[in-house]
Amino acid sequence: MHWPIDLIVLTFVIFCAIAAISVKDLLGTAILFGAYSFMMCLLWTVMGAVDVAFTEASVGAGVSTVFFVAAIFRTSRRTKD
Amino acid sequence: MKFLGVVIVCLTGALLLYGTGEFPDWGDPNSPASLHLSNDYIEKAFEETQVPNLVTAVLADYRGFDTMFETSVIFCAGLACFLLLRDFSQKKERFYRHIPTGVILHVKNSKKILKVGKEFEHMDKDWVPSDLIIKTVCRIIIPFIQLYALYVVAHGDFSPGGGFQGGVIFGSSLILLAISYDLKTLVNRIKEKVFGIYAAIGVLIYVGIGAICMPMGGNFLDYSKLAPLVPGDPHHIRALGMLGIEIGVGIAVTAVMAIIYINIVSEGRHDEGL
Repeated sequence: MHWPIDLIVLTFVIFCAIAAISVKDLLGTAILFGAYSFMMCLLWTVMGAVDVAFTEASVGAGVSTVFFVAAIFRTSRRTKD
Repeated sequence: MKFLGVVIVCLTGALLLYGTGEFPDWGDPNSPASLHLSNDYIEKAFEETQVPNLVTAVLADYRGFDTMFETSVIFCAGLACFLLLRDFSQKKERFYRHIPTGVILHVKNSKKILKVGKEFEHMDKDWVPSDLIIKTVCRIIIPFIQLYALYVVAHGDFSPGGGFQGGVIFGSSLILLAISYDLKTLVNRIKEKVFGIYAAIGVLIYVGIGAICMPMGGNFLDYSKLAPLVPGDPHHIRALGMLGIEIGVGIAVTAVMAIIYINIVSEGRHDEGL
């Protein structure tokens, strides 16, 4: 495996995951979750699982982010905890 | 409570890390997964199915049953979203905009929907002024997204992609239409019933192709028995069967994505939203 790319992408994955649960703004969390999915997509591509990467890019980074944004639009944007 | 949560998360993480220590290395040829079944697929899949993309061959043919129920799960997700969120009650407040002057009328306590002529238009409560640039760019880009989605579905046998991905991309092009114009544009263009029927038709195409194989003398989803029904090279019949079910999956996923989005964003009223 290409370990420098792997290391960079994995760092971003962990960074995005920690940021997504610590940010108070839910819209920001949705976007960070999309970024997390995109980093996972890159990771699948490095591993050679292109079909999984394609699914992750379209479902994880694309549509589910839109669903989160739609749900936030109809509920509240700030979280209490 | 928060402290307890952190402890549980750390414990689970430590256990998972401990568990991955036992895993075989990445791409290890001696791992149990690559010793028995994988070799068989890699050596014989192209010979048997004439499909260059191994993943599609495994997902749509060898593991066709799994994919069928995955499609059913997607269908059930759309159904659950509809049953939980759909709200048939009418709103009492309405907003109309006089187009030439920009004056906004606020009608309270009227169940009747006023007919709008050329000078008035319906307006959402959380309406934002529509932007000409966004509208134009989306109008140009949406056909290309849809064409790409059709390519992904049709080319799933040869390159990464397939019904799920293509369907999601097609569905997101419809969502882009709803976001760039407004929800009414999408709902008026494609009726709610049509989406529901398409979601069911997609699953029906999949199950139907599987079921046709049975009177032809094969097992359920045994595409090779369809050869007498389709003109052309009988060697490619399994690839064609896979293409058929991919189309079914694509239709179902497209419709379900649109159903979920419309129901979430309009609180089930299908009238106004993002």
